[in-house]
Amino acid sequence: MGSRMEPLVHVTGRGVPLDRPNVDTDQIIPAAWLKKTTRTGYADGLFEQWRQDPDFVLNRPERAGARILVAGPNFGCGSSREHAPWALHEWGFRAVIAPGFADIFRNNMPNAGLVPVRCEPAVAAAVMAAVTADPAAEIAVDVAARTVACEAAGVRAEPFQLDDEARDRLVSGLTQLEVTLRAADRIAAYEAARAPWLDVTA
Amino acid sequence: MTPKTLVDKIWDLHVVEPGASDLLYIDLHLLHEVSSPQAFAGLREAGRAVRRPSHAVATTDHDVPTDGRELPADAGAAQQLRVLADNCRDNDIELHPVGSPGQGIVHVIGPQMGLTRPGATIVCGDSHTATHGAFGAIAFGIGTSEIEHVLATQTLRARRPQSMAVTVTGELPPDVTAKDLALGILAEGGTDAGTGTLIEFRGPAVRALSMEGRMTLCNMAVEMGARSGLVAPDETTFAYLKGRPRAPRGDLWDEAVAAWRTLRSDADAVFDRELVVDAGSMAPRVTWGTNPGQSVAVDGAVPDPDGIAHPGERAAAERALAYMGLRPGTAMRDVGVDVVFIGSCTNSRIEDLRAAADVVRGRRVADGVRGLVVPGSMLVRQLAEREGLDRVFTAAGFEWRMPGCSMCVGINGDTVEPGQRCASTSNRNFEGRQGPGARTHLVSPATAAATAVAGRFVTPADL
Ligand code: SF4
Repeated sequence: MGSRMEPLVHVTGRGVPLDRPNVDTDQIIPAAWLKKTTRTGYADGLFEQWRQDPDFVLNRPERAGARILVAGPNFGCGSSREHAPWALHEWGFRAVIAPGFADIFRNNMPNAGLVPVRCEPAVAAAVMAAVTADPAAEIAVDVAARTVACEAAGVRAEPFQLDDEARDRLVSGLTQLEVTLRAADRIAAYEAARAPWLDVTA
Repeated sequence: MTPKTLVDKIWDLHVVEPGASDLLYIDLHLLHEVSSPQAFAGLREAGRAVRRPSHAVATTDHDVPTDGRELPADAGAAQQLRVLADNCRDNDIELHPVGSPGQGIVHVIGPQMGLTRPGATIVCGDSHTATHGAFGAIAFGIGTSEIEHVLATQTLRARRPQSMAVTVTGELPPDVTAKDLALGILAEGGTDAGTGTLIEFRGPAVRALSMEGRMTLCNMAVEMGARSGLVAPDETTFAYLKGRPRAPRGDLWDEAVAAWRTLRSDADAVFDRELVVDAGSMAPRVTWGTNPGQSVAVDGAVPDPDGIAHPGERAAAERALAYMGLRPGTAMRDVGVDVVFIGSCTNSRIEDLRAAADVVRGRRVADGVRGLVVPGSMLVRQLAEREGLDRVFTAAGFEWRMPGCSMCVGINGDTVEPGQRCASTSNRNFEGRQGPGARTHLVSPATAAATAVAGRFVTPADL
């Protein structure tokens, strides 16, 4: 986070379908992978248990190089580990389309260089069906406009939910920290006025 | 004035700069060895300092061995512990390392020290930070980039959560615990009932819970998909905090209590979502699947996925049963266990250990069952030993361990073997959570203890 992020204005590419509800971050990256002190080195751990099945979708040669994961509801629930979006990013994903994300995971995604594309269940289902049927189907995510398109699914510039702050950051490539450091005087002013009973560690 | 929820009141007290995402001041930042190394490294690389070292407190819990106090044999774990110690030393941050009397699971030590307080904003790189909400605090888990952000600025960018009220009416039956209530609410509401919200648990059955019970309940709010959960502070809260080492004293205590008394949702506050559950209908529960919403009463049976209308949920249930090695219709009482784990930030406090010890006193762990008791902190361990609970457990055949996360997440070497079945007082029964291929069933401490004795899922009343 200390260094600049890659700006993400458009994410275009093929999709990988993962049609399961409640995929938790222990599945995305098992806990045994958390004993590192770096932000990289997690791609081999991505869905490690499920990848032991040669037919698991990420093992399929026709899915290699896909940029967008198409997931089910409540994706990324469980542990707050940022290692999960780091692993997805390192694998090559830049966006995840789902009808819903777990809160902490959704917050972590932009910090790891991933666009959370939360769209209407019907839109997510159409994209899921299209990429399941055709590994070559292309998806286009317009981050600035907050729309998603997938011709094979009959989806044309459907809006998705992404708050302004996350959108601006993804598009600019600025980290949250870089933005906040500009407000240092506001923080100092708040600290000077804070009620003494709120000072937990005094 | 528009009526406000408790969450809005606390939130408003902490807004440094309003926006699409508010810039929120953070009163207490808790740190542990697994989620923080990259955050400190980021600061170092950018030449940035920790803004308020005094607002941070660190402990070691996830990686630490529980069979002794030496550094772990695992090189990665040992390195993480060393890196945390270096980072705390270099940045002047209070650390409770392995071997010190203050060490313990991060969500157990904050409350026991009196650092976790009503009205505060508390974050930690750990989803179960929700536990601290039991005191009427806004407490939630953050990612590593956000840890770096808090270290550098003592603030966090966060969207104001939607509000959700989970009202628990009536009274819990005598043998039903806060853990059973949490699993019962999850079974009714599902694992994403609270997505996007911060849940306020309220109602007479919540008021009647001890602080420890409230911590168990708030701990599992995150399993309901919520960012966190909280309970409005009351006399129970104040009595728990009074005299704790870091609680306010003298005039500051009086000033704090006066402020804390204002921390409640206004009578006519409107919540975005509401769920009402009847405490009287709750029973001791056990999970059968691979998410915490998949549970039944201990005297119930493994459900039949064919009975689930939603196709996605049905497929998930089928997958879960295959992973768990269970057949629909099997009585939970007929399901045998290999391991019983009593510990984790959900259920490793002194009341939990007392409840478990009451069940095993004078009894033996069933042949072939491995029983592990892992106190949540050095203080809990010491209290338990003073009460002789350690001898109750060891006489029954349990292993009495040193504090840490242990088998809750299985990264310190305490794991459940592939295919083994574990009754666990922790909070997550995800595939592989306790080790690759491990089959986890979430239960309360009393049910775990009874299950250890019987060798299969039972409640204390069945013994
Ligand atoms: S005990 Fe388990 S849930 Fe709690 S902090 Fe440790 S690993 Fe996380």
